[in-house]
Amino acid sequence: MLRIDPEYKKKLIDPLFAPLDLNFKLSAGVLLALIGWGALLYFRQIFLGLGVTGMGRPVYWSMYIVNFIFFIGISHAGTLISAILRVTGAEWRRPITRVAEAITVFALIIGSMQILIDMGRIDRLPFTVIFGRLQSPIMWDIISVTLYLLGSVTYLFLPLMPDLAIIRDNLPPGVPEWRRKFYTILSLGWRGTKAQWVRLEKAIAFMAVFIIPVAVSVHSIISWILASTLQPGWHSTIFGPYFVIGAIFSGIGALFIAMTAVRKVFGLEKYIALKQYRYLGLLFIAMNAIWFYFTFAENLGIATGQQTYEMPILAVKLWGEFAPTFWLMIACMAVAFYILVVPPMLKQQTAQRTFVFQPRFARMSAIVAAVLVGLLVVPNLVNVPFLAVSGTTVAATVLWILLILNVLGFLLSVSQWLKANPVTSIVIASALVVVGMWLERWNIVLPTVTHPMLVSSSTYTPSLTEISIMVASISGFMLMFMIFFKLFPPISIWELAEGNIIEQAQSRVVIPQPEISGD
Amino acid sequence: MPKWSMVIDLDKCVACQGCSIACRFENNTPVVAPDQAKLGRAMRWNDVFPLPVNPTEETGEYPHVKAQYVPRPCMHCENPPCIKVCPVGATFIDEEGIVEQNYARCIGCRFCTVGCPYGVRYFNWYEPQWETPLAEHLNPDRVEGQGVLEGPAVRPLGVVEKCTFCIHRLKKAHAQAEAEGRDFRADEYVPACVQTCTGKARFFGDLEDPDSTVSQLALKPRSFRLLEDGGTHPKTIYLREG
Repeated sequence: MLRIDPEYKKKLIDPLFAPLDLNFKLSAGVLLALIGWGALLYFRQIFLGLGVTGMGRPVYWSMYIVNFIFFIGISHAGTLISAILRVTGAEWRRPITRVAEAITVFALIIGSMQILIDMGRIDRLPFTVIFGRLQSPIMWDIISVTLYLLGSVTYLFLPLMPDLAIIRDNLPPGVPEWRRKFYTILSLGWRGTKAQWVRLEKAIAFMAVFIIPVAVSVHSIISWILASTLQPGWHSTIFGPYFVIGAIFSGIGALFIAMTAVRKVFGLEKYIALKQYRYLGLLFIAMNAIWFYFTFAENLGIATGQQTYEMPILAVKLWGEFAPTFWLMIACMAVAFYILVVPPMLKQQTAQRTFVFQPRFARMSAIVAAVLVGLLVVPNLVNVPFLAVSGTTVAATVLWILLILNVLGFLLSVSQWLKANPVTSIVIASALVVVGMWLERWNIVLPTVTHPMLVSSSTYTPSLTEISIMVASISGFMLMFMIFFKLFPPISIWELAEGNIIEQAQSRVVIPQPEISGD
Repeated sequence: MPKWSMVIDLDKCVACQGCSIACRFENNTPVVAPDQAKLGRAMRWNDVFPLPVNPTEETGEYPHVKAQYVPRPCMHCENPPCIKVCPVGATFIDEEGIVEQNYARCIGCRFCTVGCPYGVRYFNWYEPQWETPLAEHLNPDRVEGQGVLEGPAVRPLGVVEKCTFCIHRLKKAHAQAEAEGRDFRADEYVPACVQTCTGKARFFGDLEDPDSTVSQLALKPRSFRLLEDGGTHPKTIYLREG
């Protein structure tokens, strides 16, 4: 019989057995409907063929591949936080490892599904095993993703085992029989003996070290699928590290959003505290900076080399048809960087009196910025005679400068509010990063496939099927998350308790005063 | 073993697209509706397109404009980027240097279509269809076997297809020589596009034989290959205009 702190029981175990509330049922219903619709369109795609997508020649790869890279990227949240922080013994990781590991598993499941959805002949999937050629980067991908999925599930399950045993021994009265059986079977006879603990710690330590290179290999190989072709814009050595950094970056963003959701739903403010946000936030800032560095480095060589087939790819990103998504991506990342770095550095008292920090200024700059966006966008969409002037180069330049100044003004004016609400501001930054990273994948895949060397340039618009399947994928990810945290505790109970013991032991250590020498 | 090669003299090519049509009927390439063609789903194993592919100011200003057309079968590279990336070996290079495509093996991942820098590979977005008169006159030739489906055989849904230098014609020529109990000669076989070429701009033969027409033409100073610096070593060779 394993014991548990009554407070942990109340916060972490009892909610698992609370009856499903209306919010849960409603959101699960909506998500299920979206998944159903996506599944329906997918089956239609199987029978009719990939013609139901927006793809053609030369756009042979598009949104499914973008989503594949994106979701596998998100899955890097778990490895990084859990494995690296466990290996380095960072104590503050304890309350967030469970959420991080869960993200990994779910994002991997959804991510690998994208590649299956993209296959023209799903019925021939066994051929990859029967006739698999190790020379093909797709085979490397199948092997590393499978290994990563198995490793992640193991890595999620190992630290879960003692918690499952704790739940098994502390079930509230009147629990349905299947849940009793569920926890009994899954806890695999865990009794918390010393031998079991030693074995578990050994296994976790091994898995933590093992999974880091596997995770790095996964996103490197995905980048090599692109980089191993001759296609302009892809045939680059920087892709491996660039993709890994991007994956970790988007993973941390997803983790912030997920852990804030868990924190709010379960009321875990005491455990997932500001400390976790601050420390992980530092890592987030570092990744943001490295991401900017890599993005610059990736494009610099193309810009200075000006090669026949490479340069047009960069040109469409900088000022061609992919400029909106490219600059939106840059804007997302830059604003996220601002939100993470600037507000925490401000002084609170002096700022209150300054004009730029007043809500009036925020409202004003937001309205002006919205008007400027309107002036810039509307002439491109409809022909309004008196707005045509803003389409000219000089006017557009002035409008863009004014817009940037106004956005900066707005960001400055809300800085005090952001400083006062650190959790909300980090979630905003995370959302921007997750959107920005999806756009980054789009900006890597699409400009190259639409601008090949010996086929005339093409365009791509996703079809209803592709959009529905993307929505269904995101819904599936969220639903798995919701169901998981209805069955398993959102925080690793035993690791939290272990952390408390370590902290108490450390606080009892008396640090001797330095001796003052006689002479 | 011969190494099959094609030489296309751009001085003689009149861009009539007869090669495309001959190829279509020889190889049962599916026909698509105009709305599908707009989405880039038209299949032309042997395409004829302007070079540069996106005409810009560089091709000149009226009246000093220059239009160059390039007929493009598969390059049948000696170092093909497409076969390296195929996860299941559905595309492979045979001992005679022809890059083949097995429709019965292809899983439709389209890595080869993305990997080919020449864009010679096509995907069956829908089940191939022909209207009535066309459907009655499909080429009955096919290369078939246990787990093998190649050449003009009607393609199943969701697989990749490409120019095979009319592999079925080669197989037939080999079979005939064997039946007659004699050695196969390199001049017994040409692809349909070579046979039909209006301007007699296409030459076909064995690159291993130093006396063959293609070997001789390949040595000409006018000869070049598409994307030569890609390291793919195409066996489809062009002779420059002018």
